[in-house]
Amino acid sequence: MIAVVDYEAGNVRSVLHALERIGAGEVRLSADPEILRSADKVILPGVGDASVALESLRRSGLAEVLLSLTRPVLGICVGMQVLCRHTEEGDVDGLGVFDAEVKRFIPDGIKVPHMGWNTVEGKGCALLEGLTDPVFAYYVHSFYAEISPDTAAVSVHGIPFSAILQHGNFSGTQFHPEKSGPAGAKILQNFLSL
Amino acid sequence: MVCKRIIPCLDVKDGRTVKGVRFEELRDAGDAVELGARYAREGADELVYLDISATREGRNTFTRLVTEISRRIDIPFTVGGGIASLQDAARLLEAGADKVSINSAALRTPSLIDEIAGHFGNQFVVVAIDAREVDGRWTAATHGGSRLTGRGLFEWAREAEKRGAGEILFTSMDHDGTKAGYPCGTYRKLCGELHIPVIASGGAGTVDHIADVLTEGGADAALAASIFHYGEITIPVLKQALSERGIAIRTI
Repeated sequence: MIAVVDYEAGNVRSVLHALERIGAGEVRLSADPEILRSADKVILPGVGDASVALESLRRSGLAEVLLSLTRPVLGICVGMQVLCRHTEEGDVDGLGVFDAEVKRFIPDGIKVPHMGWNTVEGKGCALLEGLTDPVFAYYVHSFYAEISPDTAAVSVHGIPFSAILQHGNFSGTQFHPEKSGPAGAKILQNFLSL
Repeated sequence: MVCKRIIPCLDVKDGRTVKGVRFEELRDAGDAVELGARYAREGADELVYLDISATREGRNTFTRLVTEISRRIDIPFTVGGGIASLQDAARLLEAGADKVSINSAALRTPSLIDEIAGHFGNQFVVVAIDAREVDGRWTAATHGGSRLTGRGLFEWAREAEKRGAGEILFTSMDHDGTKAGYPCGTYRKLCGELHIPVIASGGAGTVDHIADVLTEGGADAALAASIFHYGEITIPVLKQALSERGIAIRTI
């Protein structure tokens, strides 16, 4: 069973639909710690403000549950950023799974938000397995995770940033695999087969 | 580097696409989901669905359609047409839309932009501006360009950005439907005044027009309807041509 974490983080419908399209089997949208602990895979979606998402995760106790999970967890977009060490968005500490700082893009010669399709490069990254270069993914974000020891793939928008983070059983994508066409579907499949 | 986007726009009335879409392999060209899926397969980077229904039933049908699009289509899509309140935006978000496009309602009530962006994020709000050049001044218009407002294009776009718009979709009503190209200088100026992406719409007749607005005009994306629907330019041919001109384009 795959659990998609249900918390105040915007629309999760597109993630559910993407899982349905790839035939992911049983998917549950839940905030129940028991369901999250018994799931084979957990997906943490997220849209909007990372500091609001963090506040919600901490208040509900979901933060602690997430950190205790030993099976594969995938954070998407803001769901990835909340797993980082700290974010400039609201100047709050993240859950600290990924050793990366989340910073705001400076609109100096680049558009902010970074919106649209960009190439993702990550040799040996398990989530990109079976995809041939160039891999394009869909992004919508104004904050980015800096390059860190946990960076498994990189994109460039003015500066290089973490497209995929990976640490232990946790993975995170800054882009939206659920909106990234066939390449995104493959990335989700790769996560499900971790 | 972020790619320039190609965005087909589909007009929907009472749940069905309008305009003479002709694709032999589609059993039902009026099926908005099928048509969108076809464009997605061909390499469209996003889709825009505009609801032109005038009735309440038409709007309800559109909301159901948005759910079906979200289920079937694996690229982002924007919905627009008649969105006049936070509730309208919330209903479409709940149905699965990635973004909403607001136009005349934002001109009437600019705080609607703050309200929707505040609840659902800047990325969710596209502010569409129709404008025409009157006595040398680009002026925002409503009702298909027929009613001029007092607002200048550039100052209105800057205000929309400040209020929380994630993108500006600018259509020149002087060029829309002419197939004579876009006003590239105006796009260049608009892009220079904003930090958010700008989508060009209205006027494309050839591949060169689209290439020009993405390069000289500096636009981040080009939206078109009839040239795609009538098969005058197909998305794979367009993308290949743009790519050959050195424009960063997603290939599939």
